[in-house]
Amino acid sequence: MAEFSLPKNSKIQPGKHHPAKDAKKPRTFRIYRWSPDDGQNPRIDTYEVDLAACGPMVLDALLKIKNEIDPTLTLRRSCREGICGSCAMNIDGTNTLACTKAIGECSSGDVKIYPLPHMPVVKDLVPDLTHFYAQFASIKPWIRTQSPAPDRERLQSPEERKKLDGLYECILCACCTTSCPSYWWNGDKYLGPAILLQAYRWIVDSRDEATGERLDDLEDPFKLYRCHTIMNCTRTCPKGLNPAKAIAEIKKLMVERRSA
Amino acid sequence: MADTQRPLSPHLQIYRKQVQMMTSITHRATGIALAIGTLLVVCGLLQLAAGEESFNRFKGIIGSPVGIVLLLGWSWSLFYHLCNGIRHLLQDAGLGYEIPQFVRSSWLSVAGSIVLTVLVWAYVWMAGGAA
Repeated sequence: MAEFSLPKNSKIQPGKHHPAKDAKKPRTFRIYRWSPDDGQNPRIDTYEVDLAACGPMVLDALLKIKNEIDPTLTLRRSCREGICGSCAMNIDGTNTLACTKAIGECSSGDVKIYPLPHMPVVKDLVPDLTHFYAQFASIKPWIRTQSPAPDRERLQSPEERKKLDGLYECILCACCTTSCPSYWWNGDKYLGPAILLQAYRWIVDSRDEATGERLDDLEDPFKLYRCHTIMNCTRTCPKGLNPAKAIAEIKKLMVERRSA
Repeated sequence: MADTQRPLSPHLQIYRKQVQMMTSITHRATGIALAIGTLLVVCGLLQLAAGEESFNRFKGIIGSPVGIVLLLGWSWSLFYHLCNGIRHLLQDAGLGYEIPQFVRSSWLSVAGSIVLTVLVWAYVWMAGGAA
């Protein structure tokens, strides 16, 4: 049964306020904080940031806070250009990458920042993705073949290669998976949109020879069929991909092979 | 690593209420409402089988303001579940997965259900009342 409210240790308390001095263009950021070290519940700290002296992206503001206001603020980031997926978090109500989300794109009022939804929190904006990565490993995300290895590369026609467009770009940031209410309630068994998109990426790869086994593995009431086409995944993907469509294609392949 | 139970990050509480998510939750809720509404119909049929007097009593309850609100809610649930169910069938066939498409079809389910409910109740009232 789905647990709609937060467990006792996860209820959010009011936190500290960090005002800005003589800011020309102040903007308030409301940020989720939790530390494993103080035995306290999570809280929301508010930070006033002078946007006149800050880069345009939410990540710029977070790093400015960390560098200049509160060095204890903890977050993951690496590439700052939307290719590593490290800074995935819930900003202004939807999941996205802090590095590619402009502060100006956020709705008026305070900018609210939380970790990816319905995940165990390691600290502040850092979620524990262990289970997510284990689910990724479970679909065997590598080429599987029976035929002997050729002397050269396994070739694809331009048409076969084109089938991977919209799939290979996935950076596994987990924005889509953690936006999915079905994953919130059944994430222990449901693979979620990101992993299913990755599964489909190998199912449609012309060089892969384990298509049947891959479909067998997904033929399961939870792994695949907890997708109820809610579409939060596609709406939130920071790379503009369509995980819901990929899942629909897997479901169609299941029906097609049953009737074949 | 400190020996502390990790908190669960907030989810339903903080996620933006976008139309595709709300129509999905409403689909569930109306499904449950329909199951309960069906019990109401069974009640009515049992009262009908029990004779004129008990059926008149049932009509009195269902014709009261509370009964009318229940019927109104139930009929809207029926039409919403129908419209949105058709939408989900089309999605199962692989159609309507672009963002503008499913945002539009979500709103269409809502609008369609309201139009159908209004039409049915307009007919009921013109034909001489609900009870």
